[in-house]
Amino acid sequence: MAERIPVLRTAKLFIGGAFPRSESGRTFEVVAPDGTFLANAALASRKDVRDAVVAARSAQPGWAGATAFNRGQVLHRIAELVEGRRGQFIDELRAHGADEHAAAHEVDATVDRLIWYAGWTDKFAQVAGSVNPVAGPFFNVSVPEPIGVVAIIAPQASALLGLVSVVAPALVAGNTVVVVASQQRPLPAVSLTEVLATSDVPGGVVNVLTGQVAELAPTLAGHLDVDGLDLTGLTGLPGASDAGTDVDATALEAAAAEGVTRVLAAPSVEPDFLRTPRGIERIMTWCDIKTVWHPKGT
Amino acid sequence: MSALVLPGAAVDPRELDGGEASLTGFLRSLPGVDRVGLEARTARLATRSLKHDTKRALIDVAISTMDLTTLEGADTPSRVRSLCARALRPDPADASVPHVAAVCVYPDLVATAVDALAGSGVLVAAVATAFPSGRASLAVKLADTGDAIDAGADEIDMVIDRGAFLSGHYGRVLEEIRAVKEVCGDVHLKVILETGELSTYDNVRRASWLALIAGADVIKTSTGKVSPAATHPVALVMLEAVRDFHLITGEPRGVKVAGGIRTTKDALRHLVLVNETLGADWLTPQRYRIGASGLLTDLLMQRQKLTTGVYGSADRITLD
Repeated sequence: MAERIPVLRTAKLFIGGAFPRSESGRTFEVVAPDGTFLANAALASRKDVRDAVVAARSAQPGWAGATAFNRGQVLHRIAELVEGRRGQFIDELRAHGADEHAAAHEVDATVDRLIWYAGWTDKFAQVAGSVNPVAGPFFNVSVPEPIGVVAIIAPQASALLGLVSVVAPALVAGNTVVVVASQQRPLPAVSLTEVLATSDVPGGVVNVLTGQVAELAPTLAGHLDVDGLDLTGLTGLPGASDAGTDVDATALEAAAAEGVTRVLAAPSVEPDFLRTPRGIERIMTWCDIKTVWHPKGT
Repeated sequence: MSALVLPGAAVDPRELDGGEASLTGFLRSLPGVDRVGLEARTARLATRSLKHDTKRALIDVAISTMDLTTLEGADTPSRVRSLCARALRPDPADASVPHVAAVCVYPDLVATAVDALAGSGVLVAAVATAFPSGRASLAVKLADTGDAIDAGADEIDMVIDRGAFLSGHYGRVLEEIRAVKEVCGDVHLKVILETGELSTYDNVRRASWLALIAGADVIKTSTGKVSPAATHPVALVMLEAVRDFHLITGEPRGVKVAGGIRTTKDALRHLVLVNETLGADWLTPQRYRIGASGLLTDLLMQRQKLTTGVYGSADRITLD
């Protein structure tokens, strides 16, 4: 019998619930640490950024308007489906250089992290909100509200757990997300988009781009329709230490300031995402506090 | 694309003997529309890439040919006044943005718009003749038109009787347009074909010729109340009718596309169709209009992008 020709997957973008190629038509080769070819992935352009932000913006009111309980169910559903593709994710993390034990541990932690954030959707407002005593006949209540569209540069080393650990907290409160996947390890992010597409996440709530952070980040930072910018993934970016190829975090922050975009600055080293977060800081980073005065009845 | 070949060696259709039979004969003898070819041509023209200076110039053309429209049951005088303010100065932060061509409102709000736009160069258009359905007697339609003109409207957007057209009473449609045109006098008359209800491209071609023969200054695709509205193939059929009418009679007439045009990309594709079919002479507010409401926000966002280099936010554009 003739040897079967394997059917390889083309890694595409995830914008508005669909899987387009890059508008530019460009692709790049994803390779393993030892240089082995793994896949062709879409090399997103600034127009893909624009399309993704449009999709995220139009999905935002619906996602924020869904009940907290419903958002929790959707996040829980993502966890269920990641669990169902456990083998695939482990294989991809191994292809990107993790050993078998570490890869399995990372996938398990990813599922647990999603469950952890799913639980917070209908609870964080009680923790972060308050009923305030005021000198007058009013109820005074403060509640967290999502800020809108959050652009995220995903962590470079932790390609799956890191990605979920930055995306899920933004989703909890009702923000929608445009995320640039790990530049050299995009395959788990691409597989995650296939999970998202089949897990009740409304189209446009999460949009995933693959490509060069240096090319995409300035467009995201300057975009006036982006409300939050998470620069976690600038840390450990390939070439970040060489003068000239560096992504200028200061310039990104300056561009973001022009549009009054909230920035979560790049950490000095990539956080250890295996450790469960101690609190809801990442959720609250992408929230504003709304305070309501309501007259007391007689 | 060569001009339409009319039967009888380019007879001047304005000189038909006036009977319904000769009109029907003329309209039925118009060549059928090649649907596949038409759609392929519009699809090909839609791929044309417009960048930088060309894009900026065309955005300004789109704004200056726009009929900024509000046709809601919930329209109020204050809403019309704020729409007029937006028409005069689309981008309050940028004086280089041209004003729109006209504001389009219901007849009872014409006076409010005239008041707000006096002396500005922005015209006031009123929809009349029992818009949008056109289901009223001729007397009512003429009174409706007269009201709008008395209130100071510069332009009238009338609807044709689609029921009569579809049942083949072309003469009745013709007489109605002529009667309204008579009431209008020098007031610019736009005739809405409501192509979404005409079923076929052949009907769109016939209705276009019918309206041109009857004396329409502008033929307009749709009311905006029916979907599909201003699709590219329909616009091209109408542009070709205006082109051929001009070739035969020497009279330049206009086209207005309206309904469902919400993005800059879509608007620029319409402008490409105009330029390719009728030429740049038609890219003026006198001969071409885009009827829209939400489109202006997107045009301003794209214009700001060209100026500042960053993508904009609809939150930063003044609403009407």
